[in-house]
Amino acid sequence: MAGIPHDHYEPTTQGEKWLHRRLPIVGLLYNTIMIPTPKNLNWMWIWGIVLTFCLALQIITGIVLVMHYTPDTTLAFASVEHIMRNVNGGFMLRYIHANGASLFFVAVYAHIFRGLYYGSYKEPREITWIIGILIYVAMMATAFMGYVLPWGQMSFWGATVITGLFGAIPFIGETLQMWLLGGPAVDNYTLTRFFSLHYLLPFVIAALVIVHIWAFHTTGNNNPTGVEVRRTSKEDAAKDTLPFWPYFVIKDLFALGIVLAVFFAVVGFMPNFLGHPDNYIEANPLATPAHIVPEWYFLPFYAILRAFTADVWVVIAADWITGGIVDAKFFGVLAMFGAIIVMALAPWLDTSSIRSGRYRPMFKWWFALLVVDFFVLMWVGSMPAEEPYATISLIASAYWFGYFLVVLPLLGVIEKPLSQPATIEEDFNAHYAPNTGGARPLVNPAE
Amino acid sequence: MLKQLTIAASLALGLSLSGGPVAAAETAHIEDVDFSFEGPFGKFDQNQLQRGLQVYTEICSACHGLQFVPLRSLGDPGGPQLPEDQVRAYAEFWEVWDPELLDGEGDFRTATPTDHFPKSGLSNAPDLSLMAKARAGFHGPYGTGINQFFKGMGGPEYITNILTSYTGEEKEQAGAIFYENTAFPGGWIAMSPPLYGDDVDYADGTSTAQHQIAEDVAAFLMWTAEPKMMARKQAGFVGVLMLIILTALLYLTNKRIWAPVKSSRRGDVPAE
Repeated sequence: MAGIPHDHYEPTTQGEKWLHRRLPIVGLLYNTIMIPTPKNLNWMWIWGIVLTFCLALQIITGIVLVMHYTPDTTLAFASVEHIMRNVNGGFMLRYIHANGASLFFVAVYAHIFRGLYYGSYKEPREITWIIGILIYVAMMATAFMGYVLPWGQMSFWGATVITGLFGAIPFIGETLQMWLLGGPAVDNYTLTRFFSLHYLLPFVIAALVIVHIWAFHTTGNNNPTGVEVRRTSKEDAAKDTLPFWPYFVIKDLFALGIVLAVFFAVVGFMPNFLGHPDNYIEANPLATPAHIVPEWYFLPFYAILRAFTADVWVVIAADWITGGIVDAKFFGVLAMFGAIIVMALAPWLDTSSIRSGRYRPMFKWWFALLVVDFFVLMWVGSMPAEEPYATISLIASAYWFGYFLVVLPLLGVIEKPLSQPATIEEDFNAHYAPNTGGARPLVNPAE
Repeated sequence: MLKQLTIAASLALGLSLSGGPVAAAETAHIEDVDFSFEGPFGKFDQNQLQRGLQVYTEICSACHGLQFVPLRSLGDPGGPQLPEDQVRAYAEFWEVWDPELLDGEGDFRTATPTDHFPKSGLSNAPDLSLMAKARAGFHGPYGTGINQFFKGMGGPEYITNILTSYTGEEKEQAGAIFYENTAFPGGWIAMSPPLYGDDVDYADGTSTAQHQIAEDVAAFLMWTAEPKMMARKQAGFVGVLMLIILTALLYLTNKRIWAPVKSSRRGDVPAE
């Protein structure tokens, strides 16, 4: 891979040379696993490994679950119970898969907010960022369709509500909705196509993950200082970096171990805590649940969807200007997708030349408020659509957009950044050799 | 800063974002019950499950089915664990519809352990197989899920409370009788009071007070909803233990690997 200068793979034995001339796969693996990595990466840089693990975990458990599941409205619910009761270890497989989706989203939100704080989205990593957002959107689609498969009450009514959103799009909405569902309402044809796509999309995600990794292996990792690795020579680069193996592989695996210990405690001791109890009632098109609530990881965007009701002035204005084409329902849909789109546009909305939030005194507070905002949105998303939650969700939604559309562009102009370290090496030494404080590499006395 | 935020985030996640935070929370009041199977090490009380099976068989089964529960699972470890001959004898108590009898016309026959419990006999009586998990949705207080997390409150509490919270008031509405029940959302339930106390005779001499019978059948229904609960908790415990050992080893490995880099200030890449 291009990028930071480092030692490349040289085949030594006859066999390696033979293979390398025909297929340089060992070299590709070597360069990937030995990539120079900024040595000052902190503990927020572990989520990538957690996410890769989640994808593998979901695919493997999913493949086994499919062997016992039946995608038919009359049999799906019973086949899940069959997995829970009769399949050897089936209850663990299913609970790991269901809670694995939650772990996946915990990790992806941590990963996204890491990127937002340390400016990982900025030049030259815009492509990595955009691919990441695409992965996130594909994850949401996959998780949503997976939740429909057990054919419980929330499966059915969640599918009805969410596909109904597409029906709100003017002119093409109804056609689009029918195309998504396969018919006029959620039914067997919906279940079978969701099942097919739920199996397909994880492999699309896997392909996107490869491109994601390829992109940041080309630009090099960002790091907590946001200062780039020196590329002037191999020696300079080596002062700022360490090879991914073994330093970061072992570090990341250690962190993964902690994450998985918590995960297994959830799976073993409270596997239904994050799920909705109504999904243990078989889907019934004639009985609407009292509250239709999506899974926790959709709640922030669900809150934004519901925040813009017909009595909000921007909605009234949009309705009037467009002659009724953008009504409250469609405005909500636009806001929900817009909330993700503004996030994708962060590289171009952020005008600051400083990458890392560590050296941006004002940004820090606005960012902290964004994180709080995210959790407030998640909470109001789970509450019924009434006061005071309606007002809270409107304010919280406004801040979400305000952060990306107003705060990020303005801060770059008015903020006076702190001084950054000149190199990554300087930052690293400041942490681990405070007495000498210098960046000069010295020969080390015996350890 | 990011670190504090992460901690706050995980706390918020743990406390406020459990599923269905508000469902069924409006009016019903549910009292906590201490069941033997709560907590990470809680186990089903085998005698209680057998008593609960008796209550279900003699009272609930008149209207309610358990269609997802195979009769043979009554003999499985971690459940009522009846001996094999008793499972077979118990199965003979039931009649099931077999569509292959009478040259495909179908007929009733005596059940065998490979059959499931029958479906509900009454059309508006819900199946009870999963009721203890389907009624776990009162995530109080204030939608935080704390009661479920710390007190272990869930479906079995709901079932116990429903069975013991009749006030004795009745009303007729659209030709049907409804009974006032303070544990039921809305306050009026279509099910007539099923338990009064001394409704069954326990062979082991346990009290047959109304609340005791209600608890027993609630425990049994928790088992029908989650028959592998004890195996699951064991798997979780072993999993967490193994991961802690693995993580400790990885911690030491990580420390060892990084030691030369962190203490020496040698900017160089150590020998590969």
